[in-house]
Amino acid sequence: MNAAPAPSSADWKLPSPRKLGIISLIVAESALFTIFVVAYLFYINKSLSGPLPKDVLEFPLLSSLALFSSSATIFIAEKFLRVGKRAGFLLWWGLTIALGLYFLYCTGREWSHLIVEKDLTICTNVFGTTFYSLVGLHAFHVIVGVLLLAGIWISSLHNALLTGHVEHVESISYYWHFVDCIWIIVLTVVYVLSVQATP
Amino acid sequence: MRLWPTLRLSINPKIMANDTIFNANDQRPELEPVGYETGSLTGVFQELVFTVDHKKLGLMYIGSALLFFVVAGLLASLMRIQLAIPGNTFLPPDVFNQSFTMHGTTMVFLVGMPMAFGFANYLVPLMIGARDMAFPRLNAFGFWVFFFSGFLLYFSYIGAPGLYAAGSAPDVGWFAYSPLTSSAFSRGHSTDYWTLSLMLGGIGSVATAINILVTVFCLRCPGMTLGKLPVFVWCMLVMAFLVILAVPCLSACQIMITLDRYLGAKFFDTQAGGDAVLWQHFFWIFGHPEVYILIMPAFAITSEIIPVFSRKPIFGYPVMVAAVISIAFISLGVWAHHMFCVGMVSLANAFFVTSTLLVAIPTGIKIFNWLATMHGGKLRFELPLIFCIAFLFQFLIAGLTGVMLAVAPFDWQLSDSYFVVAHFHYILIGGLLFTIFAGIYYWYPKALGKMPHFKLGLYHFAFFTIGFHLTFLPQHFLGFLGMPRRIYTYQAERGWDEWNLISTIGVAFQAVGIVFFVANLIYSFRRGKKAGDDPWDAWSLEWTTTSPPPEYNFATLPVVKSRRPLWDAKHPDDPDWKHE
Amino acid sequence: MPAQAVSPPSPALTKVANIFNPHSGPAELILEPTYLVLLVSLGIFLIVTGLLVYIVIKFRQRSPEDPLTEPPQIYGSYNIELAWTVIPCLVVFVLVLVSARTIVEIQDAPMPENALKIRVVGHQWWWEVHYPDLGIVTANEIHVPTGSEDGTRRPTHITLESADVIHSFWVPQLAGKTDLVPNRINHTWIEPVSPGVFLGNCAEYCGTQHANMLLRVIAQSPEDFAQWVVTQQKAPSIPTEPLATQGRRNFYALSCVNCHKIESTPAEGVFGPDLTKFATRQTLGSGVAPRTPETLRAWLANPASLKPGCYMPDMQLSPQQIDALVAYLETLN
Repeated sequence: MNAAPAPSSADWKLPSPRKLGIISLIVAESALFTIFVVAYLFYINKSLSGPLPKDVLEFPLLSSLALFSSSATIFIAEKFLRVGKRAGFLLWWGLTIALGLYFLYCTGREWSHLIVEKDLTICTNVFGTTFYSLVGLHAFHVIVGVLLLAGIWISSLHNALLTGHVEHVESISYYWHFVDCIWIIVLTVVYVLSVQATP
Repeated sequence: MRLWPTLRLSINPKIMANDTIFNANDQRPELEPVGYETGSLTGVFQELVFTVDHKKLGLMYIGSALLFFVVAGLLASLMRIQLAIPGNTFLPPDVFNQSFTMHGTTMVFLVGMPMAFGFANYLVPLMIGARDMAFPRLNAFGFWVFFFSGFLLYFSYIGAPGLYAAGSAPDVGWFAYSPLTSSAFSRGHSTDYWTLSLMLGGIGSVATAINILVTVFCLRCPGMTLGKLPVFVWCMLVMAFLVILAVPCLSACQIMITLDRYLGAKFFDTQAGGDAVLWQHFFWIFGHPEVYILIMPAFAITSEIIPVFSRKPIFGYPVMVAAVISIAFISLGVWAHHMFCVGMVSLANAFFVTSTLLVAIPTGIKIFNWLATMHGGKLRFELPLIFCIAFLFQFLIAGLTGVMLAVAPFDWQLSDSYFVVAHFHYILIGGLLFTIFAGIYYWYPKALGKMPHFKLGLYHFAFFTIGFHLTFLPQHFLGFLGMPRRIYTYQAERGWDEWNLISTIGVAFQAVGIVFFVANLIYSFRRGKKAGDDPWDAWSLEWTTTSPPPEYNFATLPVVKSRRPLWDAKHPDDPDWKHE
Repeated sequence: MPAQAVSPPSPALTKVANIFNPHSGPAELILEPTYLVLLVSLGIFLIVTGLLVYIVIKFRQRSPEDPLTEPPQIYGSYNIELAWTVIPCLVVFVLVLVSARTIVEIQDAPMPENALKIRVVGHQWWWEVHYPDLGIVTANEIHVPTGSEDGTRRPTHITLESADVIHSFWVPQLAGKTDLVPNRINHTWIEPVSPGVFLGNCAEYCGTQHANMLLRVIAQSPEDFAQWVVTQQKAPSIPTEPLATQGRRNFYALSCVNCHKIESTPAEGVFGPDLTKFATRQTLGSGVAPRTPETLRAWLANPASLKPGCYMPDMQLSPQQIDALVAYLETLN
C-alpha cells in the first residue's frame, strides 16, 4: 500500500461527541421501547377478560397532531437560534413546550377516562398491562423532553443561551424528534393495529 | 482542609475532551491537586470519590470488580463444599439457592461487565491518543451507579429479612425465570433487591458504554483512522455497542417484573393469560449478547498480548475485526438456543441451531489467526503470554462444548445440566478470567509503574490452572451422567460422588492461586522493579507515555500513521505503514 | 387386609443415568448427532491443540540475550484465512443438517394409535401423573409398558403441564428435556426397549426443593404393566386391623384430606400427591427417600426433616397418631 502522509491536525475531522452521544442514547432507548412494543404485539387478543382495545380506545387525533407539529415548531425554533434571533426562538420553542404539554394533558384525560369510566387499569388484563406500560413509557419520555425543553427556554429567557450552545439545543431536539417517532409506532400499534385485530 | 474540594474539571476545563484537544502543540502545565491533602487517607479517599480521570476510574472499576470477584468466589466455595459429598447438610437449601443466585448475578453484573469497563476506561483513551473519555463526569457517574448497585444487591442479605420482614438474598437464579419471580412464588423483597439493583446497574452500564463508543469515534488522535485502531479498541467498541443494544432490554424486563410485583400488572402472570416463556425470550435477547459482552475483553486483551510477545503484528487485522463485528451481529439472533427445551416448534429450533452454529465460524477464524500470529514469531514466555496460551486452550474447549450445546437434540440432554455449568465456566473463567489476569499482568507496569513478580505469577498460574481444570472438567461428565444444575444436594451412588469431590478439591487449588495473585499485586506494588515507559517493548500508544501516565496522558498528542505507532518509531527503516 | 394381589417383581433399577446408555426412542435418536458432534469436536480439538503445542515449542524464544532481532513481520494472508473460513462452514453445514433431521424425527414423531397417553403436571416439588384413558392418578413414579416381544411398538405420549412455576422433565436414559410451563402444554414421548427403573430429575430450577423433585420411570413388560393397571384401578379397601382403622380415622380427622386424595373416599384434596395407591410406590416425598415404615414415620413426624422447605406442614402428630397413620397408609395398595 502507499505511504500514508501524516495528517495534520487541521484537517483531522471527527464527529461531535455530544451528537454521537445523544444518538447512542436514542439507540439504547429504542431497544427499551422495542421490548415493550413486542410485548404489546404479543399480547394482542390474549386477554382473558375485557375490556378490549376495540371497546375502549379512541384514536387520539388532536394530541397526535399536536405532538407531530411540535417536531416542526422545534425545527423552526432551531433556525431562529442559528441566526441568533432570540424572540423568534423563544416563541417557537415555547410553542413546542405548549404542544408537548397539551399532549400530556390529553394522555392524562384519556387515562382518567379509561380508569374511572371504563374500568381498565394496569392490573385488569394483559391489554391493560401492556397498554399502560407502553403508552406510559412514552408519556414519561415526553415529560422528560418537556423538562429539557423548559430548561433551554428558561435559560434563553435569562439570555444565557448563546450561539455556542447550538449543539446542546440540537441534541435536545434530536431527542424530541425521537419521542415523536416513537409515538408514530405507538399510535400504529396501539390505536390502529390492536383495535382492528380485536375480534 | 476543605471538605468539598474543587473538582479538577473546573480547574482546567481544557483537560476535558473538547475541541482544543486536537491542538497538538498545546503544552499543558502539571496540574496541582487542589483542596485536599495528598498522601493522607482522607486525601486518597477524596481523590477516589471526586475523580473524573479515566485512569483512576478504570482502576476503581477493576478494583471493585476484583472485590466482588472474591465475594462471589467465596459463595461458590460454599456451594462446592455443600456438593462435595452426597446428602451433605452444610448449607440449607434456601441458603444454597441464594448463593448460586448471588454468585451468578455478581459474576455477570458486578465482575464481568465492570472488569470490561475498567479495562476499556483505562486503556481506550490511551490507545487512541486521547486525554480522557468523551464525558468524564458521566464516566464517574457510571462507575458510582455500578458500585452502589452492587451494594444494593448485597444489602438484601441484611435488609430483606431484618427491616422489611422478608426472605433474604434473592433466590430466583440469575436469569430469574418467571413465574418464580412473581409475588406469589417469591414473597418478601429479595427479588426486588435483585430487580432494582440490576435496573440501577443497567443505567450505569449504558452510560459507560455510550461514553466508550463516543470516545472511540470522536477523540482519536490525528491519523488514527478506524482502520488503524488497535484490535483491543475495536473489541471494546463492539462491546459498547452490544451493551447499548442489549442492556436496555434487560431494563425493560426489570421494569416489567417491578410492575408485576408492585402494581399487579400481568406481564408474566400465567393465571391471567401472561406467558412465562415471553420472559425467557426477553431475558435472553439481552442475555445472549451479554455473553459476548463478557467475552469481548478476552478477545481484546489476547489480541494485544499475543502479537507483542510473539514479536509479530496481529495476523489478518481486517479479518480479525470483521470476525468480532460478525460475532456481535450474529449474537443478536441466537438467544433462543437457551430455550430448546421450552417446546418451540421444530422449525424454530432448527433456525436457532443454525444461527448458533454460525457463531463458530468467526470464532474459529479468531483462534486460527491468533495461532498464525504466534507462528513464525519469537515467543517470550512472560506472564501475560502464559495466561493467554492457557486461554487459547481453554477457549477452544469452551467453544467446542458450545458447538455441542448448539446441536439442539444433544442440548435436550445437556441443557440445564452440569455440562452447561462446565461450558460457561470454561468460557468465563478459562476464557475471560485468564485473559483478565493476563491483562492485569501486562498493564500492571503501565498503571503502577512496577513490574509484576514473575515467580509469584507463575505459582498463581500453576495453582489456578490446575484448580480450574480439576473443578470444571469433571462437571462435563456430571452432565453426561444426568446431574442437573442448581441442586443443593443429591443422593449417593448415582455416579456423581467422585466427580463432585474432585470438583470441590479443585476449588482449594484455585483459592491458593488467587492468594498468590493478590500477594503478587501487593508485593510488586511495594517491592517491584521499576518498569519504565515500555517494559514489554510493545507497539501501541499507551507505551509512549510515562508509567503511570500523567493525568493528561500525553504532553503532546501523538500523530499516528499505522496500526503500530511504536513499531514505526523503533524501526524507521521499515515502518508498518508501508505494508498496511 | 394384607396385600393379596401379587405385585409383579420390580424391574432392575439403573442408578447411573448415563446419556450414553439410552433405553428408549428419543434418547437413542439423540445419540447419533451426539457421536457425530463429539467426533468432529475431538478432531478439531486434536488439530488445534496439536498446532498450539507445536507453535509454542517451535517458536519459543531460544536465547533471551538476543532480543534485538525481530522475526519476519507477516501481516496476514487472505488465502489462508479463506481456507479456515470455508472448512468450518462445511462442518457447520453438516451439523445443521444432522441436527435438523434429528429434531424433526424426535419432535414431530407420529404417535401410533395404541400409544399410551399420560399427562404429567409439575408441582413445587413433585410430579402429578394422570393416565386419562385408564382412569389412574398417581405421583412421582411413572409406569409405562415396553414394546411386546413380537415387535409391536407401544410408545408413551406424555403431555406436560405445570401448576405453578416452570419445571423440566428429564429422564436421561429415555428422552431429552422438555419443560413443564404454566399456561402452556408441551409434549414428549418415550419408548423403553426393555424393562427397567430409570431415574430422572426436574431440570429447571423451580424453588427451594428443586433438588429433591426426583422422578422415576418404571418400564414394565406389557403383561406386568397390565397387571399394574389392574391393581391401580381397584378401589381401595377399607382396613380391618384396629391400628389401620384408627389411622384411617386420623387421616380424615387431621386435615390430611385438605391436600390429599384417596379415590372413592371423602378425601378430595388436590394440593398434594394422590395417595390412593400410596403403598404401591417405591419412594415418598418425590423420591427423597425409599418408602419404608421408618421413613414414612420420619416424614409424617416432620416432612421438613427429609425435605426442608416442602409445602407439607409439620402436623404436630403424636407418636401414636403416626403409628396409626403409617399402618393405614401401608394398606393403600
